[in-house]
Order: sequence, then structure tokens, then C-alpha cells
Amino acid sequence: MTKRKFLGSEAANGLLMLSPTAIYSIVVMAAPLIAVLLFSFMTPGYLKVIWTPTLDNYAKVLSDPIYQVLLGRSLVMAATVTAVTVLTAFPIAYFISFIVSPEKKSLWLFLITIPFWTSYLIRVFLWKVILGYNGVINEAFMGLGIIHQPMTFLLYNMNSVVLTLAHSYAPFAILPIFVALEKIDRSLLEAGQDLGESRIMTFIRVTLPLAMSGVVASVLIVFIPTVGDYVTPTLVGGSSGQMIANVIQLQYFKLGNYPVGSAVSIAAMGVVTVISVIFVFANRRFMRGPQ
Amino acid sequence: MTSSPAAAAPTPKAKRPLIELRDIEKYYGDYYALRKITTDIREGEFFSLLGPSGCGKTTLLRCIAGFEELSGGNLLIDGKDMEGVSANHRPTNMVFQSYAIFPHLTVEENVGFGLRREKATKEDKARRVAEALEMVGLKGYGKRAAHALSGGQRQRVALARALILKPKVLLLDEPLSALDKKMREQMQSELRKLQRQVGITFILVTHDQEEALIMSDRIAVMFDGVIAQLDSPERLYRRPVSRKVAEFIGIMNFLPATVTGTEGGQIQLEVAGLGAIAIDAEQCPGAVKTGEASVGFRPETMTVLFEGDPEPTRGKIAGGEVEEVVYFGDMSYYDVKLDGVEKPVQISMRNVVGRPVLGRGARIRIAWEAGALVLFC
Ligand SMILES: Nc1ncnc2c1ncn2[C@@H]1O[C@H](COP(=O)(O)OP(=O)(O)OP(=O)(O)O)[C@@H](O)[C@H]1O
Ligand SMILES: [Mg+2]
Repeated sequence: MTKRKFLGSEAANGLLMLSPTAIYSIVVMAAPLIAVLLFSFMTPGYLKVIWTPTLDNYAKVLSDPIYQVLLGRSLVMAATVTAVTVLTAFPIAYFISFIVSPEKKSLWLFLITIPFWTSYLIRVFLWKVILGYNGVINEAFMGLGIIHQPMTFLLYNMNSVVLTLAHSYAPFAILPIFVALEKIDRSLLEAGQDLGESRIMTFIRVTLPLAMSGVVASVLIVFIPTVGDYVTPTLVGGSSGQMIANVIQLQYFKLGNYPVGSAVSIAAMGVVTVISVIFVFANRRFMRGPQ
Repeated sequence: MTSSPAAAAPTPKAKRPLIELRDIEKYYGDYYALRKITTDIREGEFFSLLGPSGCGKTTLLRCIAGFEELSGGNLLIDGKDMEGVSANHRPTNMVFQSYAIFPHLTVEENVGFGLRREKATKEDKARRVAEALEMVGLKGYGKRAAHALSGGQRQRVALARALILKPKVLLLDEPLSALDKKMREQMQSELRKLQRQVGITFILVTHDQEEALIMSDRIAVMFDGVIAQLDSPERLYRRPVSRKVAEFIGIMNFLPATVTGTEGGQIQLEVAGLGAIAIDAEQCPGAVKTGEASVGFRPETMTVLFEGDPEPTRGKIAGGEVEEVVYFGDMSYYDVKLDGVEKPVQISMRNVVGRPVLGRGARIRIAWEAGALVLFC
């Protein structure tokens, strides 16, 4: 048997081509992560880190109810945002894939990205303008005489966080579902009806299972970043809309407590990872490819 | 007719029209895809729709299945008007060209897909699925993922999935076109056998004339949204009603001719290269007109006479010159210039031991019979 030379082989070429990306990912992603992981095992000093390894930070994170409340609230909020986003994204993706004529599809996808033409911050501020005490909705309703006092449940709570996040993640949720729907061979739907099922049952038995790979992707794309979202709860969350990211920010930048902030981050990351893995595992039968 | 014993006791199964098409029309926008198609498809027959690409075969099949709405006319299945009856309520099942096997289900789940709505026990359904798989030669494949099957296997799954529901009509849209030649030939005879075995009416769409000839009881040849001829394979081959049909089915040679008169069931002709002859009126499947016409014959109906062959006892002799020879192993195809005819005609000969393959430029004598000719006016 001849041993293939490594240099010049396909594997070597592949590695060579991958290396810029690999180096980039290591520098910008792995390195900070490792730093955070390291910090989380160090002893917090006043505005500085004492380099003695300890597990106290984790003990504190696990015992202090404030972290559990905030992480729990973040998870519930992220789950709600995900549910709202994906459930509204599905009909939109379905509409573009199945109802819009093929030559207009790219136009529709383009229209969906329009909200991204302005910065996220501006979009969040616009929601403040719409939902605020003297905002568009309250002014309009009072002007119409429907209400006499401005509604206060619109802004600075969980509702406004969910609404703002759902709006901003909509395109990310629509696209994977759209792609999954586009891949469905239309004759499969005719086959479903040919075999005696109504349109609705064909949707349930054929379209939905085949779209699930896109739905799973959408769920992860929305859920994972929203758990740790920081800007939105800060701007429209009020005190009842504070999330885990807010306490991380507090630890790092207000208290200068890097070790505890890191431990909270790692703990949150662990929980999100576990949930995501369970979710993907639960849906694994939808993930097997058609080829 | 009614008094004859054969007609008095017709086999009801073979004669009853199962599908009645009455002036079926279909428009796609301005495009007139089906132009008043009227015909009956009989119970238990293997019926083929044959025609060139774009002639409307798939459209007609989809109209029967209920995937396309008719723009005009009536469609009856088993005496029942299908207007307003959606695909899932029609007694038809389809084998799609792409097979449309559900990729997220196993072979078993695919085959049993249509059984959900039936009131039967789980065991009963499982038994039927196993039976259906066995019928198409996929015994033991039930647990496989559907997307891991070969083309031929998918085809069988699609067949089993449709036949398990015992439809009155099975619709097949070019089911064999994606298979390689060998597999296709095998499936052709298997499909034919299967059809005889289950006795269900099959409607096959194909653009392959050979396939249609091999498999069908009757063939409808379609051009541009109309049925040009509906006949048995043999009649279609021997007595095509028009030059267009003749050219579509196999090879036919045409010679210019003049119709000089008709009398007593005979037609008098003057044919280039063959001379003056009389043929049966039956040999003109279309309408007869005196004047310019053409006469067609199949390559195998003329015989090249070799040195030392006995003189033919029937028929006549024509002279010609070999212009080109194509040797095919068992057959040789000669392009022959008949004396007095511009365009060469094709004559096929079985290669028999001891017979030379004639070379180009050879002078030959050809034996032919008037009975093999078809007249197109
Ligand atoms: N959905 C549609 N919209 C517009 N025109 C169509 C549509 N479906 C078919 N046609 C047109 O109708 C004609 C007949 O199409 P059909 O698919 O029935 O042809 P076919 O005989 O099955 O051809 P092939 O052998 O290529 O499958 C074609 O000219 C086609 O372009
Ligand atoms: Mg077709």
C-alpha cells in the first residue's frame, strides 16, 4: 500500500483553505470564551481579579435566588419570543413559498429585510415612540376617546421586550423556514391528496414534517441570542423586564466583578446549550435529509 | 349486430366504459392545451396516451386525477360526473413521474400513507402493506428510509402505494422515463403483468412509441391537444390514419402516388417506383380522394431478393440500387433508391446465415405486396 503524501493532497488543500476562517474563529470566538471560562474560576477582588482558582463564584450563582429568577425569566422570555416569532414567521414563509409567483419571490424576500436598513437601536427607540406613555398608540386611543388614561402596560415590561425582539428576529426566522418550504417537491403535496388526504391533512402529514428542519433552525436562531439579549431589556424592559444579560453587565462594568460576571455567563451558556441540544435531539427525526 | 351470439354475450368487464371523456377542454391562460377530447376508456384495459412533448398528455392525465380543473366538457368516472370532486375523493391513484415518494417516511409508511382513513386494525393495515410490498417485489424493504432507494425501487414503492388503495383507475405519468434501458424493459413487462393480475384500468402516459406498443391494449395518439388516432397497437402500426401518426409510430416510407379511381371496394393507384396497382379500400384508413396522395409501407414489408433466392410466389418485383447499409447484427437496414423515385426508402432485412450483407451501389431486386401498403390522401 502506498502512503499518500500529505502535502499537496486534498486534505492539505482543504485545511489550507479553511485556515483563515479557522484562525479568525479561534481569535474572535474561542479566545474570549476561554478568557471568560478562566475568569469564572478566579477569586474576585475589589475592581480586580485575584489569580487564585476557586469554585465560590459558581456556588454563589447557584445559591443566590436573583440569578435563578433572572435566568428563569430570560428563558421564559426567550421561549415566548421564539414562539411568537416562529409562529408568525411560518405563515409568512409559507405565503412567499407557496402563494407568491416564482418571479416575485425575491422581491418579497427583499421587502422582508427592509427593517434592517436602520440600526437596531433606532428600531428599538421607534418601538418606545409607538408604545410609550405619550406614544403613538396611547395618543391615538385617547384622541379617539377609547381610553382616558394612557395605558402603562405597553412599555417597560416583558410585553414590550417580547414585541420588540419578535419584530427584530422575524427575518431570521422566516428565511430558514422559507428555504425548507422551497425544497419541498410540489408533487409530494399532490401525492398526499391523490392518496386521499385533504389539503389540511396533507399539510399536517407532508408539508409540516418536511418544513421542520427549517422550523428547528429558526427556533435556535431566535432562542439562543434572545436569552442573552441586553440592549432590548435595557431600553424597553423597565425593572420587571430585566434579564440575565443585565446582571452580567452589572457585574462586569458597574461592579467590576469579572469572576462572578463570568460565572453567570458560563452558567447561562450551559443552560442554553443543554436546552438547545435537548430540542434538537427531540426533533432529530425531522433532521434526516432527503438525499 | 345485436343478434349475433358474440355480441349478445359480451364480456362485460372488457366492454364497459369506465372513464368517459366528453368534449374535454383545457386552457392555460390563452393556451389551448386540450381541444375537445372525447373518448371512452374501458374497464380493465391498459390504455396509453402517446404523443410528442407538449401535446397535452400530462394535462389530460391531471384532469382525470383532479389536479386540473376542466375549462369545458365533462368527465365521468364509473358513470359519475367528476365536476367539483377533488383529487382526494376520486377513485383514481397516480404514479408520478418523479415518483413523489415522501422522503421523511420509511418505505412502509409511504406504502401505508393512504390507509390512514380506512377503518381497519393496525395488524390488518400492516398485513396489507406487506402484501403490497411483496406484489411489487420489495418484500423485506419496509423499514428502509425512502430516500435511500434506487430509482427502480422508488418506482415500485410508488406503485405499491397507489395499488394498495385498490383504485378503479391507476394513472401513470411517464413512470419509466427515469430508469435506464434495462430496468425500463424489465419494468415494462412487470407492469403489464401486474395490470393483468390486479385487473385495474391503467392509463399510461408516454412519449415512447415502443413502450406504448409493448404494453397497451389500446393507444391514443395525441398531437396538439387532440387525439389523432385511438386503436390497438397492431392497427396503429399497420393502419395509421395519417402520415403524422405513421411517422410517429415506427418508421414508414412514403412514395408519391396518384389515386386514379375507386370501384368495388378497390382503389386504383399509380405509385412512383411501383407502377399501377389496386389496393383494398380498407388500406386507406382516412378518407379517399382521387388525385395526389402518398403511399406508405413499413421497412420490413419489402424483401430484398438475393442471388439464388426462389422467385416469390406472391407479390411483385421492383428494382433499385443500394445507397447505404447500416449493419445492426441481427438486422441490416438498407437505404434503397427505387427505380424512378428520388428519395431513398428504408428496407430492413433479417441477417440469415449464408446471406451476404450487400454493399453500397449494388443493384437489387425487391419483392413487395400490395397488401402492405397504406394510402394517405
Ligand atoms: N401550468 C401550466 N401553465 C401554463 N401552461 C402549461 C401548464 N402546464 C402545461 N402547460 C402547457 O400545456 C401544454 C401541454 O403540456 P403537458 O404537460 O400536458 O405536455 P405533455 O404532453 O405531458 O408533454 P411532455 O411529454 O413534455 O411531458 C404544453 O405546451 C405546456 O407548455
Ligand atoms: Mg408530461
